[in-house]
Amino acid sequence: MNIDSIQNGVVLDHIQAGKSMDIYKYLHLDQLDCSVAIIKNVRSGRMGKKDIIKIDSPMEVDLDVLGYIDSNITVNVIRDGVRVEKKHVELPRKLVNIIRCKNPRCITVAEPQLDAIFLLSDPEKHTYRCAYCETAIDKKF
Amino acid sequence: MPRNIIDIVDLTVDEINELIATAEDIIADPVKYQNACAHKQLATLFFEPSTRTRLSFESAMLSLGGSVLGFSEANSSSTAKGETVGDTIHTVSCYADIIAMRHPKEGAPYAAAQFSEVPIINAGDGGHNHPTQTLTDLLTIHREKGRLDNFTIGFCGDLKFGRTVHSLVNALSRYGNINFVLISPLELKLPRYVKEEALKKKGIPYTQTTDLESVIPQLDILYMTRVQKERFFNEEDYLRLKDSYILTPEKLTNAKESLSILHPLPRVNEISVAVDRDPRAAYWKQVKNGKFIRMALIMKLLGIQV
Repeated sequence: MNIDSIQNGVVLDHIQAGKSMDIYKYLHLDQLDCSVAIIKNVRSGRMGKKDIIKIDSPMEVDLDVLGYIDSNITVNVIRDGVRVEKKHVELPRKLVNIIRCKNPRCITVAEPQLDAIFLLSDPEKHTYRCAYCETAIDKKF
Repeated sequence: MPRNIIDIVDLTVDEINELIATAEDIIADPVKYQNACAHKQLATLFFEPSTRTRLSFESAMLSLGGSVLGFSEANSSSTAKGETVGDTIHTVSCYADIIAMRHPKEGAPYAAAQFSEVPIINAGDGGHNHPTQTLTDLLTIHREKGRLDNFTIGFCGDLKFGRTVHSLVNALSRYGNINFVLISPLELKLPRYVKEEALKKKGIPYTQTTDLESVIPQLDILYMTRVQKERFFNEEDYLRLKDSYILTPEKLTNAKESLSILHPLPRVNEISVAVDRDPRAAYWKQVKNGKFIRMALIMKLLGIQV
């Protein structure tokens, strides 16, 4: 299967196979007017299978979102058909307005206009806690 | 940015020790502090009812020569009209120098702190945190034992939902050589995350039991809490378990003479009134200590030294 290379934009590589649609959703890529290619189950020497997303327009990618979903993802910035930057993401210490607290007693549920803030409490288990009520959310990805 | 106290861990051990020292000095010489907060105003914003916490905050500020404004129920504020916590706090911080707030929603004081230009003290947020109760408990233990380390403390009752227990376990885990004895029905054991974070990770010893009488002889402090009926799905279980934790003079027969009995109150029936006459009962002294430690905290957050 052939997908055209892009001239100016972003390529998200080394996505764990099956997670590309989560990234599409959490980065709100559906709101873009440009071409977006989601390539699933690409053969990879290191990963076996992987997903790739190509975005055919320059954009600032939210690295916290990517780090939260899959901290192995690499972000390649393409300019004039050439990769000019390669960024590695990591598990973010703080998430703002990426996920919402599920605790019905939490103030952010009663007042949804508040920023939803989560802090990394256990990097090994990828556990985040709501900064308001400390309810733990295990990373679901 | 003003300094806020949302959680007991917002204070370092050194700061807690300093607050206890100030509270001890206030107890020894209250006159010295009677004008410490003159012309300062404390707002007590109680979005849900309280007896001890609100009155102790107000008494604390009045004893420091300051004044108090606020409300004691959400219905007498613009919350009843749908105002957000943020807007209420923004407004009140224009009038007061410091705010103590209680709210039924967990994390409301954390939200409030984002909108406040003055210090926020969490006076209880749902079943989550109650740091000034923990400070009260620590001052009481310090007054009773003369130290905050080297003792065995038993927590008895509802250890699952009792916010004061979680905070106190957390706070005491930062002091040395404390044995924790966790006494509760199986259904109301201390949550695993509290044991993991506060005890296991630090290698602090603890034992769990359902039987108060078998462990009471080893305790230096007994921290009683109410077994909450509303937490049980099965009425029969509640009826079977609640009586195990009614502390009576008979159950204290084998306890140490030096035992100190604490309870965050309110109690329902888990401590028999006959125990009130026992010199080991420290819970009414605990109520009084709540005022002195809050005086120390208000002064600290306002940057006032005497």
